[in-house]
Amino acid sequence: MALTTPHACHKFRTLSEVPNKTLPGARVHDAGTGEISLGEGTTMHYLADGLRLSMNWLDYLILATYFVVVLGIALVAKRSVNSSLDFFLSGRSLPAWVTGLAFVSANLGATEILGMAANGAQYGAYTVHWYLIGAIPAMVFLGLVMMPFYYNSKVRSVPEFLLRRFSPSSHLLSSSLFAIASVLIAGVNLFALGIILRTLLGWPLPVSIVVSGVFVLAYIVIGGLTSAIYNEVLQFFVIIAALVPLTVLGLIRVGGFDGLIDKVVASEGAQFLSAWGGTGFGEQNPLGTNWLGITLGLGFAISFGYWTTNFAEVQRSLSAKNLSAARRTPLIAAFPKMFIPLIVVLPGLIALVIAPSIGGPSSAYEYNQAIPLLMRELLPNGVLGLAVTGLMASFMAGMAANVSSFNTVFTNDIWQAYVKPRMPDKHYVTVGRVITVIGVVVGMGTAFIAASFSNIMNYMQTLFSFFNVPLFATFILALFWKRMTAKAGFWGLLLGTLAPVAFYASYSTGYVPLSTDQAANMTAAIIAFIVNVVVSVPISLATRPKAASELEGLVYTRASAQDKGEHAPGDGAWYRRPALLGWGAVALAALCYVPFTL
Amino acid sequence: MTDNDTAPPSPQHDASTEPAHKSKFGQLFDIRAIIGGLFLVYGVLIGAAGVFAGPQAIHKAEGVNINLWTGIAMLLVGALFLMWLKLRPLSPQTSGGEETEPM
Repeated sequence: MALTTPHACHKFRTLSEVPNKTLPGARVHDAGTGEISLGEGTTMHYLADGLRLSMNWLDYLILATYFVVVLGIALVAKRSVNSSLDFFLSGRSLPAWVTGLAFVSANLGATEILGMAANGAQYGAYTVHWYLIGAIPAMVFLGLVMMPFYYNSKVRSVPEFLLRRFSPSSHLLSSSLFAIASVLIAGVNLFALGIILRTLLGWPLPVSIVVSGVFVLAYIVIGGLTSAIYNEVLQFFVIIAALVPLTVLGLIRVGGFDGLIDKVVASEGAQFLSAWGGTGFGEQNPLGTNWLGITLGLGFAISFGYWTTNFAEVQRSLSAKNLSAARRTPLIAAFPKMFIPLIVVLPGLIALVIAPSIGGPSSAYEYNQAIPLLMRELLPNGVLGLAVTGLMASFMAGMAANVSSFNTVFTNDIWQAYVKPRMPDKHYVTVGRVITVIGVVVGMGTAFIAASFSNIMNYMQTLFSFFNVPLFATFILALFWKRMTAKAGFWGLLLGTLAPVAFYASYSTGYVPLSTDQAANMTAAIIAFIVNVVVSVPISLATRPKAASELEGLVYTRASAQDKGEHAPGDGAWYRRPALLGWGAVALAALCYVPFTL
Repeated sequence: MTDNDTAPPSPQHDASTEPAHKSKFGQLFDIRAIIGGLFLVYGVLIGAAGVFAGPQAIHKAEGVNINLWTGIAMLLVGALFLMWLKLRPLSPQTSGGEETEPM
């Protein structure tokens, strides 16, 4: 925070004044360090060249204050970390509103804010699919159906459930896949945080990545999950406090909602502000896919896969103090989730009006610069510092969520299970800390892999279709079909993971023609799901299932899996009833489609 | 690894036997105190920037004294969190804060 950029930095008032020369100290890197772009057919640009913010002492003071508070939490949290359960699941002591907000902000990380604003600028109202059909039904399903399961079986991870339901082989496979996936995603987060540091503050990318990595590391190693979760809740409020003024000023600039709609329709056509227009077979729309791809690929396979098996998310619910609170966690999170587009996608559309050529070959800006662009255009010092703090905090939250779930799975499901079983509890706390260091360092490495991809959002979505969708297919079969056998679990998961990888490889090498990467991701997800089921079912029928007595609490038809758990005083209140919260969220999400459909 | 190994480290570590420890921790840094405190500090800093805003800052923000408004809003939100904390403190006997939930 003490680097010398703010005072000497020029303040550019208009878009045309932006220099194209390379900033001193920010050398142009190879392999597209500045080339994240969220769209097909967009020319790549070097981020640091076109966009710099003029931070003053007040902005830095705000940023520093946040990090002092966050590290303070970590230090205090350290005093309460006594057992490995404390370190990994916060001792299961947190109330539902805290875990609910942590749940939604674990998702409000690196790609979410910049990426979805970018999608707003590129795809318009179609972006709301990621918030409504692509999130709410799966979150409600997690709360109503899956949570009793996770919680009653006292599993600390999804792979651990597979161990009890199947065998060590599928357990080790899924743990390893999960570890690989979380390190890759941590790399994307670090890369994005590095990009933002470089864009906002002028730090070179490698320095930014290392600084971010070290900070996340210090934070998690010192405090464990409790501090990570507290940070997530805190950053949620800070990022809201930053994005609301940004959106309000943006709306004033473009003449309110009416002015925004008029200008966007004038330049992009009315369909740009619809969610389902042109999604019939053979019709044209910006997403390049049809309603089937949106509902089955995004709404079912990717969404259910992500929300119900992504341990970074599930872990937030498991930290709740009882089953009732655990079930309410994703349900409470569903409500803020559906309104986040108002302060994320809307700024993307506003950026499209302020810089009409954004993302185009002649523009100095790419789509994922939508929010930084508005910050520079609209925010005076003070609120600007708040916005930078909010962005930094959201990157930290996404990264911390990844790393903490990575160390949980590695320690419990790989180390404790297969390398050094039956050690004292203290040993596993130490291993958890060591592997966190290793995870972040490897994450710094994969950040440079992520830097070689031209599109981080597509990269993320592709990773979800590789890792989360097959896991979800295996999981759902294991849950609802007691005939499913251990061999089927292993081979279904393995081939279900290899199939979308193979499909994506043939898409990216041009063997399979598809119009956009989004279409490819959604198709890969559908393929992953189908291959998994098609492999699992015949193998199950050909092999011998586990005895019913071994499945107690592990399949949905056994009564104990549906045990609603003890009720704490007050849980009977109507506003805490999971079914009401869940179906209320689904109904509200359906209503949210109305403005984009009529 | 057998099924026995997959159980949490030891059931005794569950919240049931650690309420005293948990509540001390909870009171030490209830998240509401942290949010409230941070928002008050930010409200003062940003609000002050609004009070002393120059014409350039106001011009940049479309004629709105955005620092002043954001500062006031943050002060209010911060005060609300601290009031909530004061009115519904974590009960020392339970490990969580059930009675304090907003939903």
